[in-house]
Amino acid sequence: MALYSEKVMDHFINPRNVGSIENADAIGEAGNAKCGDIMKMYLKIDDNGIIEDVKFETFGCASAIASSSMATEMIKGKPVSEAAQLTNKAVTEALDGLPAHKIHCSVLAEEAIKKALDNYYQNEKGEKNE
Amino acid sequence: MNIYADNAATTKMSDKAIEVMTEYMKNTYGNPSSLYTIGQRAKEELESARARIAALINAQPREIYFTSGGSEADNQAIFSAAEKGKRDGKMHIVSTAFEHHAVLHTLDELKKQGFEITLLDVHESGVVDPAELERELREDTCLVTVMTVNNEIGTIQPIEKIGEICRRHNVTFHTDAVQAVGHLPIDVKKQSIDMLSASAHKFHGPKGVGFLYVKKGVFLKSLINGGAQERGKRAGTENIPGIMGMAAALEESVRCMSSVQEHIKPVRDYIIKGLSEIPHSALNGDKDRRMYSNINFSFEGIEGESLLILLDMKGISASSGSACTSGSLDPSHVLLAIGRIHDVAHGSLRLSLGEDISYEQADYIIKCTAEIVEHLRSFSPVWQDLLAGRREYIL
Repeated sequence: MALYSEKVMDHFINPRNVGSIENADAIGEAGNAKCGDIMKMYLKIDDNGIIEDVKFETFGCASAIASSSMATEMIKGKPVSEAAQLTNKAVTEALDGLPAHKIHCSVLAEEAIKKALDNYYQNEKGEKNE
Repeated sequence: MNIYADNAATTKMSDKAIEVMTEYMKNTYGNPSSLYTIGQRAKEELESARARIAALINAQPREIYFTSGGSEADNQAIFSAAEKGKRDGKMHIVSTAFEHHAVLHTLDELKKQGFEITLLDVHESGVVDPAELERELREDTCLVTVMTVNNEIGTIQPIEKIGEICRRHNVTFHTDAVQAVGHLPIDVKKQSIDMLSASAHKFHGPKGVGFLYVKKGVFLKSLINGGAQERGKRAGTENIPGIMGMAAALEESVRCMSSVQEHIKPVRDYIIKGLSEIPHSALNGDKDRRMYSNINFSFEGIEGESLLILLDMKGISASSGSACTSGSLDPSHVLLAIGRIHDVAHGSLRLSLGEDISYEQADYIIKCTAEIVEHLRSFSPVWQDLLAGRREYIL
């Protein structure tokens, strides 16, 4: 058996939504280079709270790149409230599973999105207070 | 194009070794401990293999003990020296920070039993300083264990000098020579080696077989209890096909040693030169005191496992010191030991070349590696931070 599922390999070789967004409405980063994984998520969110666009940059192994790619697909076009519900388990399942020692990659994807959403809510609050 | 560039992990078996093994599996199946003719014939062949292997490292046949491989040989050598040390009231061991885990984890076990372990610095070069080693020796030092060639960065240790120092201080000297036997000249007398571990599959022999050289008079304990095989030091019916295959492979490797080196080294240097042109990359370990087949690079801003999988898709088999390839969170202890910080140790690539390597393949390796590194950097947040000046380059 191969190390990774076909879905993981597909998202690793042809990652979706790669790159960054200029003037993003929210940015979230999880992980650190010391541990070998960093994920950064850029979100463009419209006035109705819908995630119009999402891009990612990832430093990490194949499963980290695939997890980021899959997570971006799962939240694109969704309302922020729904994106906030995304779990690492859902990402792992959508990838047809990850090896046990790679589960933390999907956790990072969830964390990066949550951090980006925190960043979005903070920005929102800031704007309202202005 | 298919290129196997992971010969430090294991090697392709030689045709000669396969032929010899098949012959012994078919026709010499007798148990060497049996009295009848086919058993005794197996015994004779076993002893002939022992003598031939001994001769190739300038040892006596009775100084060679067959094992299941390098890890078992390392365990047996170290536990034996420790047991003798404990009896003599000597419970200090000197080794290095970048030994193979078969050595380091055995030393961890001894530490739990009360032994004091000194791990020598291997510097940025990845080479032990014999003068530093001598300064660490004490009245209660029972063992020095230093590998002959490092398995990840290929640096060659000053074994002969270390052996001479140990001899002078009357300390047992063991070397894990798994990466060296069959590739570099070994002379246990000239190099003053008391114990040496070797593994057949690193020199085109079969997996699951190796040997431990133990100088006559040096204490050896048995780790596996049972029958009286290997003069009571290693129970279990001898792996005759494996041992015969190992002997054939070692003879062949030693015979071709200099021609293989002459062929591989210039191609290896050509690849090192090519990979050096990738910006913010660095060779790990000393460039000159290095195994002729080893290349180990770090590329800033990328992670090694991704690189390996993409290289594999191009038909190139290589290895990495990245944490992701080991299943732990820490990258290679070898790269950390030579002072590479975590961030850069994760982005490493080891290529260990075999004798079929060509310049055409070398060009292909350089081209694929450069393209993949560039691809991975294009969406690496670490690389983007470096480009934007938010993070400082290490390499």
